[in-house]
Amino acid sequence: MSKAINLIKSTVVPLNLENIDTDQIIPARFLKATSREGFGENLFRDWRFENNNPLEPKKDFVLNNPIYAGKILVAAKNFGCGSSREHAAWAIKDYGFDVVVSSFFADIFKNNALNNFLVPVTVSEGFLQQIFTAVEKDPKTEIAVSVADQTITILATGEKESFEINHYKKDCLLNGFDDIDYLLNMRGEITAYEQQLG
Amino acid sequence: MSKKTLFDKIWDTHVVKQIKDGPSVLYIDRHFIHEVTSPQAFKGLEKRGLPVFRPQQVVATADHNVPTLNQELPIKEELSRIQVQTLKDNCAKFGIELYGLGHPFQGIVHVIGPELGVTQPGCTYVCGDSHTSTHGAFGSIAFGIGTSEVEMVLATQCLLQSKPKLMRISVDGDLGKGVTSKDIVLYILAQISASGATGYAVEFAGSAIRALTMEARMTICNMSIEMGARCGMIAPDQTTFDYVKGRKFAPQGADWDKKLAEWQQLYSDQDSVFDKEYHFKAEDIEPMITYGTNPGMGIGVTGHVPELSEISQRDQPAFEKSIQYMGLKAGEHIMGHPVDYVFIGSCTNSRIEDLRQVAAFVKGKQKAEGVTCWVVPGSKQVEAQAKEEGIDKILEAAGFQLRQPGCSACLGMNEDKIPAGKYCISTSNRNFEGRQGPNARTMLASPLMAAAAAVTGKVCDVRELV
Repeated sequence: MSKAINLIKSTVVPLNLENIDTDQIIPARFLKATSREGFGENLFRDWRFENNNPLEPKKDFVLNNPIYAGKILVAAKNFGCGSSREHAAWAIKDYGFDVVVSSFFADIFKNNALNNFLVPVTVSEGFLQQIFTAVEKDPKTEIAVSVADQTITILATGEKESFEINHYKKDCLLNGFDDIDYLLNMRGEITAYEQQLG
Repeated sequence: MSKKTLFDKIWDTHVVKQIKDGPSVLYIDRHFIHEVTSPQAFKGLEKRGLPVFRPQQVVATADHNVPTLNQELPIKEELSRIQVQTLKDNCAKFGIELYGLGHPFQGIVHVIGPELGVTQPGCTYVCGDSHTSTHGAFGSIAFGIGTSEVEMVLATQCLLQSKPKLMRISVDGDLGKGVTSKDIVLYILAQISASGATGYAVEFAGSAIRALTMEARMTICNMSIEMGARCGMIAPDQTTFDYVKGRKFAPQGADWDKKLAEWQQLYSDQDSVFDKEYHFKAEDIEPMITYGTNPGMGIGVTGHVPELSEISQRDQPAFEKSIQYMGLKAGEHIMGHPVDYVFIGSCTNSRIEDLRQVAAFVKGKQKAEGVTCWVVPGSKQVEAQAKEEGIDKILEAAGFQLRQPGCSACLGMNEDKIPAGKYCISTSNRNFEGRQGPNARTMLASPLMAAAAAVTGKVCDVRELV
């Protein structure tokens, strides 16, 4: 199955909090697995459930609110700060999100997201507020993200913004290429680099 | 010749190739791995039928999951045991040296790298752990990576990286009595926030930084990630060279002289340009403590939790959620707040100088009743040194428990968890919700502040006790 990703059109899950760290996205006690699968069920574990019990969902947490659903998670600035655990990106992707929108991403999280074809879309603080406002008004608000055009659009209002992504990474997302494929093809040059160092 | 920063000098010599309109292929000199973020990477290699490209440039240890009592016995918790065993199996299979449980070099990955002399100036280091920034204290580029990137480095010894912007943070002047490098970094965090350096590589400079020992410098670079920095670094000097010389994997003889000559060129040229600069005065820094749930939420110990009116409207929901979690009120003074647990350990503050400081302070004193005090050394070598110096006896007499090396209650992956609702003064690096256990309440501080809280049973100003 190709991992390639371009157009995502979906309703959104709004999480209007700053500095959401990877310990909240996936607490350390769930990092004991030796495979990449199944982290979605523990996404935001301690914000989602009372007493660490999946049978006791916290009613005020957005993932437990049936009004909100979709493939796009929208959060306030400095999303994904803290630990380098890629398990955070795995959990978000495994839960069913393809895009995370914020005004600001922590560096390591951003790389981890891209390596898992989870698109981190950085928007201006103003546009972020427009999204939150639109979703508050109508939870069925749809957002469209185009990787090829590098745009994000609030469909109901037509408000649109472009986002940055480097040319190389864009190619990877659109074609389903991994960094590792690129690097493996470079092993000759890497060996030559090592030899020149002596 | 153009002016170059310390960062540029190291970065430029490690770029194998620059991709047009994209990242650089960056060569990694040494790769540290541990049990938690490596299993999926090895699985990836196996799936592709690949060997480890340069196994002699990988150093492995078990630290995140290991118990800190009875390490000679099998690990009780099944998933932890499997993860530690998986690391052992993968290292054997792929030809990687492992300093696992029972090995005299075992310990927290960011403690053992420097103490073994693996960490040296001018090099690039990565590890599937955000606190890899610690190694930047030697004048190197060191940063944390995700597991897909661990797989890339295992497979090719390289990574695709975009060059970050550059920031310099200068701290000049003399630190007051009872104020340490931990207070410097918590102070900087309180000034620039938990996202203040995101997208930047940070060089720490100034006379207050130069005056620090290597271990104290490591504490600062360790927490540069808490500002969001890609990496933190300090230009190497005589303090650095003296620390590295003679360590197990340090260069020797003629090789040492050659390396030393190279290392002496590693500094930011005068008038080199940074994208952003901050200047702080050491005299302004008090012993620090955090009151909230990110490391930027810190105050001087004589200060108070901010009033709601001091917080921008945009930040108020997160602030209120945070102090509610901590069981604190806006405007409240923090001094005198009762403490239930004291944790002295983690890759931030578990080195021999930290333990010496704590021991010198508590010698002849007793921990307060009802406070549980754990001291977890950063490595087997730190543990052995502490015992040789009689630190274990001093701690024991004061009612502290000296445990065995590991990450321990910094993130509570093993049994060392702080119970729900309890307050822990911790020398670690993160006060996130649930970091030390579900609903545990963490206050970050220096080893001296933690020791003072242990003795008095509450948050207190260590300057009044030294």
